[in-house]
Amino acid sequence: MEEHAAPATGSSGGQPPDKIEPSGSIVTYTVGLVFALVLTGASFMVSQTNLLWTPGVPAGLAVLAIAQMGVHLVFFLHISTGPDNTNNVLALAFGVLIVTLIVSGSLWIMANLNAHMMSPAAIMQMQR
Amino acid sequence: MARGAGGPAPVRIIVGYGFWIFLLSDIILFSALFATYAVLSGQTAGGPSGRELFELHRVGIETLCLLFSSYTCGLGLLFLEQRRLPAFYAACALTFVLGGAFLGLELSEFAGLVARGAGPSRSAFLSAFFSLVGLHGAHVTVGLAWLIFMTAQTAARGPREFVRRRFLCFSLFWHALDIVWVGVLTLVYLMGAR
Repeated sequence: MEEHAAPATGSSGGQPPDKIEPSGSIVTYTVGLVFALVLTGASFMVSQTNLLWTPGVPAGLAVLAIAQMGVHLVFFLHISTGPDNTNNVLALAFGVLIVTLIVSGSLWIMANLNAHMMSPAAIMQMQR
Repeated sequence: MARGAGGPAPVRIIVGYGFWIFLLSDIILFSALFATYAVLSGQTAGGPSGRELFELHRVGIETLCLLFSSYTCGLGLLFLEQRRLPAFYAACALTFVLGGAFLGLELSEFAGLVARGAGPSRSAFLSAFFSLVGLHGAHVTVGLAWLIFMTAQTAARGPREFVRRRFLCFSLFWHALDIVWVGVLTLVYLMGAR
């Protein structure tokens, strides 16, 4: 970064406006990779063995998946709570809200419709 | 430091923010297909179900390919920032090979499914499966084309400011695809194969 080689020993507390943000380091990416590998392995293990109480497996898989998405966001996409990141975090929160509404709303409405739908036999009965 | 102090944010921050909003809208698009799949996953119309169709070995290898390509892509971004071009090209090549391996495995899975009569027209479950997984695969294809473009542009124009900014956007796109894949892996394959 030769054009940003100015020493950071200035007396001002703020960052120079054209400073390039460091986008993580090899250590950050490697830690993220290790976390992601562990979580992926755990997901496969939970789904393929009887380690978890069987009715709890979908919930366990969901928790592991959300944890892994969090790992990707923090270690790969560098979403943090730093001052430069406020807008990114707010946009992410809005995105999560919309995704939750779409997915849980669709499942709820379709399950409700399904529960109230007449069986084909009953429809035949009415047409007779 | 108070927010907003210190003048306008650097271009790199603004571009990253805008691209992040695009990625979130893309994830919302995926969420609609996830919801469709979750609703339709039991509607096999007498055809094969996920338990009979999915091969978890292949899916595990796909997952590792995509995860490691995400890692090498991140390293590529670091090398580009540090102006270490040979290492950058090596990271790009690895990312491309791993992403291509993922795509190859996915396409051979699709071909195998169609060959045994489990194509997208067989049942609502398979329509939803091919839409969701196929859209992710289409995104990976676009990402691979973008990666070739970025490598060529870096070679032609050098690691300038705008090239580095574009590669930052590419790396965000590639990492976001990996996040979507975590959802596909969990909802479609791991829950479906039980």
